[in-house]
Amino acid sequence: MGINNTPEIPADFPGKVIPAGNGANVIVTSLDQIINWGRSNSLWSLYFGTSCCAIEMMQTGAAKHDYSRFGFEVARPSPRQADLIIIAGTIVNKMAPVLRRLYDQMAEPKYVIAMGACAISGGPFFYNSYSVVKGADHVIPVDVYVPGCPPRPEALLEGMLMLQAKIRTESMKNKIFPIDGFDEGL
Amino acid sequence: MDTTIITNNFKSEEYFINMGPQHPATHGVLRLLLTIDGEIIKKVEPDLGYIHRSIEKMCERDSYQQIVHLTDRMDYLSSHINNEAVCLTVENALQVEVPERVKVIRTIIDELTRIASHTLWWGVMGMDVGALTTYFYGFRDREMINDIFEETCGARLTMNYNIPGGLMFDIHPNFVKRTKEFIAHFKTKLPEYDTLLTGNIIFQKRMKGVGILTKEDAISFGASGPVGRGSGYSCDVRRHHPYSAYDRVNFNEILKTEGDSFARYQIRILEMWESMSIIEQLIDNIPEGDYKVATNAVIKLPEGEFYQKVETARGELGVYIISTGTKNPYRVKFRSPGFSNLSLLNHIAVGGKIGDLVATMATLDLVIPDIDR
Amino acid sequence: MTNEALQNLISSWIPDPIAIGLEFTEEKSQFLNITVQPEQLHQLMTQLKSNSETNFDYLFCLSGVDWGKELGVVYHLESTTHRHIIVVKVKTEDRENPNFDTVCDIWYTAEFHEREVFDFFGIKFNNHPNLKRLFLTEEWDGFPLRKDYVDEINMVIK
Repeated sequence: MGINNTPEIPADFPGKVIPAGNGANVIVTSLDQIINWGRSNSLWSLYFGTSCCAIEMMQTGAAKHDYSRFGFEVARPSPRQADLIIIAGTIVNKMAPVLRRLYDQMAEPKYVIAMGACAISGGPFFYNSYSVVKGADHVIPVDVYVPGCPPRPEALLEGMLMLQAKIRTESMKNKIFPIDGFDEGL
Repeated sequence: MDTTIITNNFKSEEYFINMGPQHPATHGVLRLLLTIDGEIIKKVEPDLGYIHRSIEKMCERDSYQQIVHLTDRMDYLSSHINNEAVCLTVENALQVEVPERVKVIRTIIDELTRIASHTLWWGVMGMDVGALTTYFYGFRDREMINDIFEETCGARLTMNYNIPGGLMFDIHPNFVKRTKEFIAHFKTKLPEYDTLLTGNIIFQKRMKGVGILTKEDAISFGASGPVGRGSGYSCDVRRHHPYSAYDRVNFNEILKTEGDSFARYQIRILEMWESMSIIEQLIDNIPEGDYKVATNAVIKLPEGEFYQKVETARGELGVYIISTGTKNPYRVKFRSPGFSNLSLLNHIAVGGKIGDLVATMATLDLVIPDIDR
Repeated sequence: MTNEALQNLISSWIPDPIAIGLEFTEEKSQFLNITVQPEQLHQLMTQLKSNSETNFDYLFCLSGVDWGKELGVVYHLESTTHRHIIVVKVKTEDRENPNFDTVCDIWYTAEFHEREVFDFFGIKFNNHPNLKRLFLTEEWDGFPLRKDYVDEINMVIK
């Protein structure tokens, strides 16, 4: 797909890097292939847009760039029926517990895409603001980051396809839930 | 056989329900605390602050060019008009006169932004009352405007094309041609909107007589934009305090007197026709000249207080800057139209049903980051 | 009406403007500014709205300002019939417990705006029906838009 899936990790990186695909080995069994094929091609996302990136997410769902051709057919309003949260917009101190509760209400397997500069690191509101959470990954674990302010619909589609590629390398035997150990700060 | 009639005294209690921050019909993160009795609403209390990004505090440490960048994100559907408000305030304070070319181009892009905002409003409004096709029709037309903006301004949604003193760069050579093609195309599409939604009997029954707002209440609550004009209150800033090139174009200010949701709906559709007529009057005669006036790299406003009003797609936006002569402002206050429009929700939704509340909120056209700043 | 005519009309309502601390100024602003003491605020506002020659029925901006030593509120008023604009300012030196009279019985829009001023500056309004914080959570400590607000944890100062 033209994406280099083995990034270089700098020597002073402060966190622990979990290899993509939940630590799977290169060989994926055929049962895993079928299950991953089913999971990756029918991810239904939750209606969660807080600010300007939500408009670009709505444009991605509209007629010109259509995300339902890749399987993301409908956006569900209820978290219990969704597999994917696309965090489109800034997360504020007052909204962070709500986001965490929505994530906890979703059923496994669940994935998160952080869309836009505000969800990645606070964006244009990083300096001098007393109420913005500097990045949604302080609240829930994120799988794919899509940069831009706001990102073009094509950029969001590339992020969604990258997530699909990541799901295809998962394995049922060595399953790691990204939420384990998240609150303790891994 | 005797029949006994049992009369239970049902004590109907009020039930408290939360229309939470994450909801498809609240157009953003707005939490409404509803007190209902069955399906009738007794009280609506909005709970704001779920997207409060402290823009006013950030502006006290930014230079004037950086404030323009932040206003884009407040009411992102009319972002060009927000930028223009701050630029006009700074230009009036510095007593700088921008060239005619700049004024005409700013007005044309303003009206294109207004059309883009109203098509998105129409698409989402249909979705709120249950007609999903309107979403696709509205966004299809909005895409054409986004492409025009991307070619000239560089971005689709948060344009940042205005700077204090003029425009950032000159318009693209294709701008005039593409705008004319868009107008010709949209004139054939706008009657489709009427066929699809306005004449629909189900839609009319949901909208007529719902959410009535009288003229005195509209003035007292500070309603502006289509919400105020739906009640017969003439509040168009382009007419009463003209700015840029609005003093040389002819356009009608559309007023309706019923004050219900259907009147507000009709006003926005008719405003799209008016915007197209304004663009047609200006697009062929863009004057030649510079696209900006040179200002200092570090702008310092003289000491004093400055206020500027503009008409966004939602209503009247005001920018109030208090300056002490340094390179950062002392206090910046944005008077946002959605804030005043939201305060009348309790007044007009009480006594109706929950479905009527959703329809009324759709016609108020709220954008929550504009309210929370 | 021009600013001159407005100033003459309003001063004619009060026998001795200097004694009660009413000041008119037009410098450093586009509109006529009236500075009034907190005790006369409600009465002056009622007169500004009900008098048919001024008829200020549209309050379009209510902002709180921290002037460094004092805390104050600035009201921008407009008339929908005569289309003139006026600015009323009120200040207090008391930073521990500042309070003014509310104007939300005169203009309904003031209810939300005064809650916002209370949220950010701590200024209380007497007789307000529902004075609670609006944007920040109930447990938030301090008043962010004051000039002496310091928040080590959340703010990254540049």
